[in-house]
Amino acid sequence: MQCARRLIMTWLYSRHIMQISWLIAASSFVFAFTSPAVATEPLEFILSNGMKVLLVEVPKAPVATVQVWYKVGSRNEVMGRAGLSHMLEHMMFKGTAKYPKGTFSRLIRKNGGMDNAFTSQDFTAYFENLAADRVELALELEADRMQGLVLDMSELTTEREVVKEERRLRTEDDPQGALVEALFAQAYLSHPYHWPVIGWFGDLDAMTLDDLQRHYDTYYSPNNATLVVVGDIKADSLLPTIKQLFEPIPRGPEPKPIATMESEQKGERRFLLKRDAQVPFVMMGYRVPNFTSEDSYALDILDSILSHGKSSRLYQNLVYEQKSSLAVGAEYSLLQTDPGLFYFYALVSPGQKPEVVEEALHREIKRLQADPPTEQELQRAKNQVEATHVFEQDSNFRRAMLLGQAESVGAGWQKIDQFVERIRAVTTKDIQRVARQYLTEDNRTVGTLIPVPPKQPEAPSTAAQQGRP
Amino acid sequence: MPTARRLPIAPRPQALPTLVIGFCAFLLASGPSVAAEIAPTKFVTANGITVLVLEQHFLPIVEIHALIKTGSAQDPPDKAGLANLVASLLDEGTTTRTSKQQAEQIDFVGGALEAKASEDFTTASARVLKKDIDLGFTLLADMLQHPAFYKQEFERIRTQLLGEMASDNDDPGHIAMKAFNQLVFHGHPYRWPVNGTEETLNKITLADVQAFYGREYSPSQVILTIVGDITLEQATALVQTHLGTWKKGTATARNTKKPSPVERRTVQLIEKDLTQSTIVLGHGGLPRTHPDFYSVTVMNYILGAGGFSSRLMDSIRDKQGLAYGIMSHFDARLMPGSFWVNLQTKTETTNQAITGVLSEIKSIRDAPVSDQELAEAKSFLMGSFPLRFDSTAKLAQVLAQVEFYGLGFEYFSEYPKWIDRVTKEDVQRVAKQYLDPKRYALVVVGNLAKAKVKH
Repeated sequence: MQCARRLIMTWLYSRHIMQISWLIAASSFVFAFTSPAVATEPLEFILSNGMKVLLVEVPKAPVATVQVWYKVGSRNEVMGRAGLSHMLEHMMFKGTAKYPKGTFSRLIRKNGGMDNAFTSQDFTAYFENLAADRVELALELEADRMQGLVLDMSELTTEREVVKEERRLRTEDDPQGALVEALFAQAYLSHPYHWPVIGWFGDLDAMTLDDLQRHYDTYYSPNNATLVVVGDIKADSLLPTIKQLFEPIPRGPEPKPIATMESEQKGERRFLLKRDAQVPFVMMGYRVPNFTSEDSYALDILDSILSHGKSSRLYQNLVYEQKSSLAVGAEYSLLQTDPGLFYFYALVSPGQKPEVVEEALHREIKRLQADPPTEQELQRAKNQVEATHVFEQDSNFRRAMLLGQAESVGAGWQKIDQFVERIRAVTTKDIQRVARQYLTEDNRTVGTLIPVPPKQPEAPSTAAQQGRP
Repeated sequence: MPTARRLPIAPRPQALPTLVIGFCAFLLASGPSVAAEIAPTKFVTANGITVLVLEQHFLPIVEIHALIKTGSAQDPPDKAGLANLVASLLDEGTTTRTSKQQAEQIDFVGGALEAKASEDFTTASARVLKKDIDLGFTLLADMLQHPAFYKQEFERIRTQLLGEMASDNDDPGHIAMKAFNQLVFHGHPYRWPVNGTEETLNKITLADVQAFYGREYSPSQVILTIVGDITLEQATALVQTHLGTWKKGTATARNTKKPSPVERRTVQLIEKDLTQSTIVLGHGGLPRTHPDFYSVTVMNYILGAGGFSSRLMDSIRDKQGLAYGIMSHFDARLMPGSFWVNLQTKTETTNQAITGVLSEIKSIRDAPVSDQELAEAKSFLMGSFPLRFDSTAKLAQVLAQVEFYGLGFEYFSEYPKWIDRVTKEDVQRVAKQYLDPKRYALVVVGNLAKAKVKH
């Protein structure tokens, strides 16, 4: 049995419930690299207005994915307006002058396609998966809403309630989701990673049409976007269409860089979350660098050794041997715009103590700091990265997501090509070194969910009633 | 906020503004009808395994997917969870490999090995790079033929499953579906969760596990689907080498009892301190092989399965802002499955949401759907057909199920035609036949004192 990775659901907020497999694909992203033997290379074009276009020809099946990525996420928000990027993502389906409300999804669907969108800390992306001969329709619609969005007060009033329902579903009524939110709020004091992508209730209520319009005008411009198309397309014939549709959109102002950075953490931060829940849940987040650091490759392999597959250290020790956890894992994504968290989580087995589980996590970290991993473990991790890359190419959607994310966080898709050499060069000593350097007590934030008995209901509980026939 | 049901405004072709480029043509066309060209080779081995092979040489990967024709529907009444426990133990040790060795071998090549039970069937699969195809077959064949069912692994996995059951109670959607199935499938094995209940799982002994495996797992019960960068000859030889000596079993009696319909409105309210009510409303459905399946698919798309094109989404979310997600489902199984609508809404709007759902169920029965709704539903279902098997793993799963349900491989070329022939009259007829706004099961999980459920 594999660990339940429900946690991952918390990273991306989409307009509508997406298949879990896509979300997992999005954040477990072992990053890919290109092995020459398989699949085709992305072709890059820069339009006259600065928009980057990445096209990948995959003639395997007559389908394609069209994705437009904007470099805007919750990191581009200000205090008091947390959740603005995600709210704007929802409003992007409310219509333009040319394609009024409801038209977008209806047109895509009647042409056999599926559309959705998602928002993270770093980016907002829109996609259509459809038959390859319908790609132009998706492009026409995306080009249209890049500049022509009509923001309407009554639509905002309704959609605000929808987003609040989404927050209730993912955070208020989900103990693990609530812990993740608190962990980031504790680990980041000044940087916008402090607040959740979905936003706080108060901020959602305070948002105005002007806020949304300003955000749209600032970030939804071709020079702040990347168009990715992967599937059974021909770049030669598609490019003129793309130019025709997108080049008339004027270049926008360059968005100002985010000024607020997070200073070094000096001392462990620790908190409890007490609420109605079945079992305790432990999370530890360590502040680590992103793709801009050479150490990111060793950190990625470290993540793999700790948590990828049932033979990994955390599963073997905490779940299999000690039986203290129902599920355990570590997550690190180097494809983040600003330095993120290398975090650990453990779902505590009924009857077990969270302190014991936390101690077991510390023990695994100390082991790696004391002794480097074995050559066999290192090779396994490298093999997993390589195989994952090939499997990822099996899905146009995943492939496009990877390119879009790499581009949107500022790594650039070409950097993906270098990952393979960098990953292959990681040594067991490197892993030990990064474990010692980053997985330290002073650099961590530890959050524990402590279940408390539910509030006594005011009415009779669990009533089974027979209705009138 | 508009309150009346708005007229569908998706542009008909003539309403479209002039487009910059010439794709008016495909908007004017009757819609995409991409029939998939998927033609696997099928053969049956001497010991009775049904083998499906589909060569796909685009990427150096292979998916080996075994479907075993047994699932929780074959669990003894007091031992729900048995089929799932057996499946969960397939990768927890064989006669020649420990659990850890199995994990180490598949992890070392970056592959995946999985086993999973559902109601009607169990699947065990291996995904590997082409160069590791022999290892993939070795590990999968080993877990199918030689699971060891070590006592300590049995105890450990059972404890793990019990722990997961406890943890699942943090998920209101899970609690609601568990209660709903017990109401809709009363007296039928479909009523229990696939992983059983605390009570039934505790009754299962190691001897039960061994007996179930011995009875249910044999070559003639297996559909083995191989998709990927492999030739038919290679696949045939690998099947022979790794599974050729698996002894033929004797046919086992199947539980084919049909669930009985929900006879009256039944309401179950479950208290949980939450800010939202989780609502599930529905009743019995139809089997996968029923000829009405395709008409029901079109009807259900219009009602609530069609994403932002569906009536439920339009009314409950877009017009009233009551929910983030709302969807209707027909889960068509080997035996008649179920129909349900599920959503979450803030406690205060529980009754409003339930009323809204019932009103949409009534309205699709009472009046024919519009020409546009019908055309768009059919157009989506036909056009999106190839997206359902756009990865190797999905393709293997779909192939195996087409064989399991006996749909015939013409399914891949004929599906668009089966959808296309559905009429407005069919949609209303199946709405009347398979939807019931009076006799249904309703489950609400949430803060009951505040929700004040009236239904």
